[in-house]
Amino acid sequence: MFKRLADAGTAVAITVDGKPVAARAGDTVAAALLAAGIDHCRTTPVTGAPRAPYCLMGVCFECLVTVDGIGSRQGCLIPVREGMKVETQIGKREAGR
Amino acid sequence: MMAASDLAPSYDLVVIGGGPAGLAAASLAARAGVSTVLFDENPGVGGQIYRAIATTPVADRSILGEDYWAGAALASEAKASGALIVNGATVWSLDPQKIVGVSIAGKARMIEAKRVIIATGSQERPFPIPGWTLPGVMTAGGAQTALKAQGLVPSGRTVMAGNGPLLWLLAAQTLRAGGRIDAILDTTPWRNWLQALVHLPDFALSPYFAKGLALLREVKAKVPVHRVDRVEAVGKEKLGEVVFASGGRERRLPADLLLLHQGVVPNVNLANAAGAAHVWNDRQLCFVPVLDADFGSSVPGIAVAGDGAGIAGGTAAAERGRIAAIAAVRALRADTTLPDTQAIRQKLQREEMGRAFLDWLNRPAESFRQPEGETLACRCEEVTAQQVRDMARIGCEGPNQMKAFLRCGMGPCQGRLCGLTVTELIAAERKMTPAEVGYYRLRPPVKPITLAELASLPISEAERKAVER
Repeated sequence: MFKRLADAGTAVAITVDGKPVAARAGDTVAAALLAAGIDHCRTTPVTGAPRAPYCLMGVCFECLVTVDGIGSRQGCLIPVREGMKVETQIGKREAGR
Repeated sequence: MMAASDLAPSYDLVVIGGGPAGLAAASLAARAGVSTVLFDENPGVGGQIYRAIATTPVADRSILGEDYWAGAALASEAKASGALIVNGATVWSLDPQKIVGVSIAGKARMIEAKRVIIATGSQERPFPIPGWTLPGVMTAGGAQTALKAQGLVPSGRTVMAGNGPLLWLLAAQTLRAGGRIDAILDTTPWRNWLQALVHLPDFALSPYFAKGLALLREVKAKVPVHRVDRVEAVGKEKLGEVVFASGGRERRLPADLLLLHQGVVPNVNLANAAGAAHVWNDRQLCFVPVLDADFGSSVPGIAVAGDGAGIAGGTAAAERGRIAAIAAVRALRADTTLPDTQAIRQKLQREEMGRAFLDWLNRPAESFRQPEGETLACRCEEVTAQQVRDMARIGCEGPNQMKAFLRCGMGPCQGRLCGLTVTELIAAERKMTPAEVGYYRLRPPVKPITLAELASLPISEAERKAVER
């Protein structure tokens, strides 16, 4: 969906669901996901539908992800950090799971 | 980086939001010798319009344009002013006693303020079309943020839909940056010209006139523009195609990215939760705070400056911030020498001149504001337009009751992406005006915080004794 305009910026290594993703200094978590072509970051609590970053300015709460073990963080407001562990979220609770 | 524990327990002035209004307000107050702190939740100052102004990787200045780079002066002025500027600071509470709840890096503090200026700006108006929750559908503002802050440009099959200055600006910036736009779907209703035309002479005198025409020419020379009255995002797990129609003739375009925009509206959450009175603005189709000439709200000591006071754009926002700051300083220290507000008000008036034309021309069509059927009104709780309409029809009178019936507005976004839609749907079904229906009553915390953050608040001996056995 997106390409990087310039290859400037220091590389920052993060993982998303355990897989390495090459982010850049200056990326937020949500931007790093978009740049890496990860097409959704969570599923919804009601129907389990996939969602992806939508507004990138802290308003819509679609980019909620788990960052370093803390759930439901707004990915668009958090700058990436070397070694950061990002996990996509499963919203819908299923009986007996 | 600043930690929550480094904050003083009180400040003369707390400014919330680091866009043009907040930066201008904080610099002016700090220069006048008032102890000032500015809280902003983003990684850097600039707000949305000057997003990442100090760090953008977009080096070629012609891509974002000179209006963007004008923000650099405002940011450096604020930095040099002596105001304490704290980024990554989320304000989640403000009450009429002017106690500000703020979290920084997972630690919370309650800060006392003598005066508060809310400069939380605007957000994009909800654009509830079928499929607007699919991955691959984003706001134009979101794409612009990715361009400014990270140098990301659309590279797949991209369609933009909606209306308003930001849509055309983003299109021009994307093209200059070598990004891809397959088509622009212009949703401006023809009949808007009827109300807009009388305001054209004023707009022709405003600085936005020549800029606007140049932008339209630049974009239309390179991208096919279709006038449409219906837009749908279609796909299973993500966007596959955009369906659009004009006068019943339907067309489909395969797409990876659909960027939506139909103007911006004040981000009212913090002011509403602080108890500030709001009124419906029928021209801008949104709620705006009730303000005096100095942008003071109905809550004494709390002002709302910038686009949060009603949409007028970035340059006007800075002037509004200055006026609000002058009033704050005057209230705190009557003997301070301050800039002449008359000159600032004149500048502001010039900036606001073309607004009526832009507002009337870009007023989104009813069909794009009042969805039907299975289209989601509330994205968070997945409440459909039909559900809201049905509840209104059987007697649900207002947005607050609607929360209890359907949970709309009760998800993490706290009504930001459904509030106006729900108000308008209730009004439509019950044959009332949005003013009569009103808006959600919002309550703190206006941004989610963890129990650990609350537990990190300092506790006094008296507070401890009150609950200890």
